[in-house]
Amino acid sequence: MIPTPPAVAVNGLVKRYGRTTAVDGLDLEVPVASVLALLGPNGAGKTTTVEICEGFVRADAGEVRVLGTDPSGAPDALRARIGVMPQGGGAYPGVHASEMLRVVAACAAQPLDVGWLTSVLGLQACARTPYKRLSGGQQQRLALACAVVGRPELVFLDEPTAGMDPQGRRLVWELIGALRRDGVAVLLTTHLMEEAEALADDVVIIDHGRVVAHGSPAQLTASGSQQELRFRAKPGMDLDGLTAALPAAYHAAEPIAGRYLVQGRIDPGVLSIITSWCAAQGALADDVQVARRSLEDVFLELTGRELRP
Amino acid sequence: MTDPATADRFPAGTFTPRPGAGSALTMFTAQAGTEMRLALRNGEQVLLTLLIPIVLLVGLTTLDIVALPEPRIAAVAPGVLALAVMSTAFTGQAIALGFDRRYGVIRRLAATALPRWLLVAGRLAAVLGVVAVQMAVLGVIAAVLGWRPEPAGVGWALLLVLLGCAAFGSLGILLGGTLRAEITLAVANVVWFLLLLAGGIVVPLAQLPGPLAQVAGALPSGALAEGLRDTLGDGRPPTAAAILVLLAWTAAASALAIRTVKLR
Repeated sequence: MIPTPPAVAVNGLVKRYGRTTAVDGLDLEVPVASVLALLGPNGAGKTTTVEICEGFVRADAGEVRVLGTDPSGAPDALRARIGVMPQGGGAYPGVHASEMLRVVAACAAQPLDVGWLTSVLGLQACARTPYKRLSGGQQQRLALACAVVGRPELVFLDEPTAGMDPQGRRLVWELIGALRRDGVAVLLTTHLMEEAEALADDVVIIDHGRVVAHGSPAQLTASGSQQELRFRAKPGMDLDGLTAALPAAYHAAEPIAGRYLVQGRIDPGVLSIITSWCAAQGALADDVQVARRSLEDVFLELTGRELRP
Repeated sequence: MTDPATADRFPAGTFTPRPGAGSALTMFTAQAGTEMRLALRNGEQVLLTLLIPIVLLVGLTTLDIVALPEPRIAAVAPGVLALAVMSTAFTGQAIALGFDRRYGVIRRLAATALPRWLLVAGRLAAVLGVVAVQMAVLGVIAAVLGWRPEPAGVGWALLLVLLGCAAFGSLGILLGGTLRAEITLAVANVVWFLLLLAGGIVVPLAQLPGPLAQVAGALPSGALAEGLRDTLGDGRPPTAAAILVLLAWTAAASALAIRTVKLR
């Protein structure tokens, strides 16, 4: 079987603006029917990378293939196959949401039903409001609708939930999940670790235009620092017995009387060893907590804690 | 993870890709129609493109503010038609483009399958549509005020209106496509006001002081208004100078616009 070529393949991408290098040898790949989150602090090169893939900005070096073509070559043919949600949206200042969506839908051969999309994204209530008076979240939802209305194969979403309330964010996440389920490839940029963890098959963390980490959310959060498990039980239990029962390289301790800590990779097997050890001593493990690094911890570890302009 | 809410809201297969570009005609009518509707719905634009020309048409015809040969309507109506073209193709267009860029719509449309040439064609068609509405409304009011244009000149007048749209339209795109929206707003309104008073629109070239008449004749406003007075007043073809002035402004402004206009 011939493997399906990826929707987006970027190799050694370089983009300079004057003396600053916005993108510095970046590689990434978005397989078909998957979600890739491009994560990075302000000015890391996320938007530049996306704009090069959309054919708006020309690369200085490196190879970019979007749906098998060079985006700088034939943008109109490529744009008929992709959906774009630019950062900050885009619409006539006086236009109504469904009017704008209709113009964008007219550019596609077999668009989604505009009325349905308007109502499912909750834009019915503001049907008579000019775009410039919509809230940030409403503008974002319209921009998202414009990106998907043409039934594209690949969607670029630049900070899709910026300025949205939690309900709006949930809705967008659902929509992105449905895109992936239906075979659409999605490249999204975000600041929100939670968003990347919830949606992405792959996360690429970039900083200063370079990839600093790459993997699934689980891989990124599991690697490096160890996990740990904490629980409460009766104080003074026999820790040597527990250490002997656990695989090598695990560490068990009782830092405070009645509070126990096990360090190492926590999987169901380890959990069952711990609970049966408690049971053997006639104790019940209580308030069991597995602490895992969040993607945010990984992100801050890799990109530092100082503020970016 | 299967969330029942997702299945309800977005049934499986909703987003199954079916990509492809829409037909050129569909894209064109959707964009041009929307832009024309927006122009006719925007209060400030309607003030500029219809209300002020109507007030000037009625006021200058019935009140003796500016010295004009009788019948006054014969000098006023062609000037007001020229004003209408300038208001829509130049001032209205520049301001709309400035704010459209600010709100990212040009970039938004460029990100669809809409080709660049069609994007420009749609904008021009919207301008021509508004100008057609203006010509109809102002023509009817002028007729009620007693205007009887020379039928032989109507064809020439239409040509002049198209050439005027081209000249003012390319200047409007140049202005709105390069400067910040607020600066465009100020410049487009000041230029409109200056050309209205001293550019041969309200006051015919013959009534302007000598050197100013020379300058105004070389401006698109003077060339268009004077050309319309000639053709609609006497049925004469417009002078070669009037046509050349309009063509020259179109060529110069569009050559510059192609090089400098930015998407946002």
